Amino acid sequence: MTEIRGLYTLWLREVKRYLRDRIRIVSSFVQPLLWLVIFGTGIRFSAAISNVTSQGYIFPGIIGQTILFTSMFMGISVIWDREFGFLKEILVAPVSRMSIFLGKMLGDSTDALIQGILVFLLGVLLGIPLTAVMFIEILPIMLLTTFGLVSIGLTLASFIENLESFGAIQSFVNLPLFFLSGALFPVNGPSLPNWLRIASNFNPLTYAVDALRTITLGRSWQPGPIYPLYYDLLVICCFDIAMIIIGTIAFNRRK
Amino acid sequence: MSNAIETIDLTKQFNGLTAVDKLNISVEQGEVFSLLGPNGAGKTTTISMLCTILKPTLGTAKVNGYDIVKQAKQVRKSIGIVFQDPSIDDRLTGRENLRMHADLYGVPPGEQKARIDRVLKLVELEARADDILRTYSGGMRRRLEIARGLIHYPKVLFLDEPTIGLDPQTREHIWAYIRELRQAHEVTMVLTTHYMEEADMLSDRVGIIDYGKIVALDTPARLKETLEGDVVTVKAGEAEKLSAILASDMGLQNMRISGDNLELKVPKGKTLLPKILEVATRNSIIVEAVSVREPTLEDVFLHYTGREIRAEGSGELHGMAAIKRRAIK
Repeated sequence: MTEIRGLYTLWLREVKRYLRDRIRIVSSFVQPLLWLVIFGTGIRFSAAISNVTSQGYIFPGIIGQTILFTSMFMGISVIWDREFGFLKEILVAPVSRMSIFLGKMLGDSTDALIQGILVFLLGVLLGIPLTAVMFIEILPIMLLTTFGLVSIGLTLASFIENLESFGAIQSFVNLPLFFLSGALFPVNGPSLPNWLRIASNFNPLTYAVDALRTITLGRSWQPGPIYPLYYDLLVICCFDIAMIIIGTIAFNRRK
Repeated sequence: MSNAIETIDLTKQFNGLTAVDKLNISVEQGEVFSLLGPNGAGKTTTISMLCTILKPTLGTAKVNGYDIVKQAKQVRKSIGIVFQDPSIDDRLTGRENLRMHADLYGVPPGEQKARIDRVLKLVELEARADDILRTYSGGMRRRLEIARGLIHYPKVLFLDEPTIGLDPQTREHIWAYIRELRQAHEVTMVLTTHYMEEADMLSDRVGIIDYGKIVALDTPARLKETLEGDVVTVKAGEAEKLSAILASDMGLQNMRISGDNLELKVPKGKTLLPKILEVATRNSIIVEAVSVREPTLEDVFLHYTGREIRAEGSGELHGMAAIKRRAIK
């Protein structure tokens, strides 16, 4: 019971902190908006995708991107907690490290999920064909994706000593994962070079974007989904489990 | 009854550097125990091990009867810690910080409100309890941290440099709370400090630590007595005459005359002073003024380590760093 209370209170902390950061919530609209309106309009004239609008095509990718960036950012924010001493308060508490990790992870995931929902609503406002059923189907996919991604962030944060390394995460983790995920162009297109196709196969976000796209676009477009939905979900779940285990171990290290 | 804390050859090395060297101390229940030493002496490392944040390289310790290595969780549950650096969430309110702590330490939900109100009252923060911590001053944050350390009724409270980087007024405030706590709750307290007056005023016993070793351990009063160095100053017109009489009648040595002042170095100034006055009166020497200066803990530290404690360079830097951290937020 103590463990669950501890987990709950850490979850609550993350969500409260997030909801109080109004500037970030507002600004979270801006990047997806730029991608969808400017980039989406721009590639309309050069896209090799048929049967769907370019906006509709990249929309699931932008949801994936938002989830990726938010999750990673939230996970890495443990560095802040450490820098400002708060992490110590948590680590000396008589709660297992597993609960600490899960509480933090679930809290951050909740925040990333809220960001994803906001982008979905933005898509509705922009006139992308979306339905209430899609919304309900998309929720668990987004949530499952955040678990693994937040865990990557938390794992990285446990190895990173200072805030300066923060920028490196953007260059070395976020952008490669984003570009190789099929968010902006099909990674299963017929003329794609092999290295890109292979690299994207090792990217967990590829499966998330593929799953999101299967929901929002169905199957009536070319080149169509990469994998069946169940396969995407299976890969994401395996990724989650692996990252949660790695993250807990990384978090558990005691000097 | 067993001791609240007992260390057995407690040792911590960092990359071959010995920060704490085979420490053997015991702290009685209900006692206020201070670890006094310059920065880098091993105070915080010792506390960190006792709080199960760091693992000892060698040896172990028992806190409230629990082994710090094998029973870390029980140890954590039975102690409260006020860290040297701020460790509160500045995006949450004071009350939210306290509630989170209560949850983490398994305080039953039904009791939380009453306990939180009580500790808030103790540190006089009731009026600001629902404000976001960013709006608190450094002293208020410190008080909140002390309050937080008490919510789960710890048997031992660790205070790591509780007043570092605070202004004198706030410091005295916090001392008052610490004394009050001790009387009202019978909490065993272990505090580290490099402020002499802090150790002197608050603690039952002081352990002077230097290079990871305890060099002296006793009550502040007895530590000072061991120096045999009270300075008694007697102001009298006939200082030289008095000096001669004291030497012949009482066998006193170590006297120095400067002007009308006769300075004596004696083991126990306070007990000797009445006798000196009696001798003076008997010999019709008019004494205008007397004073006894006790050696300070500073003298004690100097005596045992051969150095002055004020590693002020690093000490102040530490203080500044703490302030800076508070200011960043």
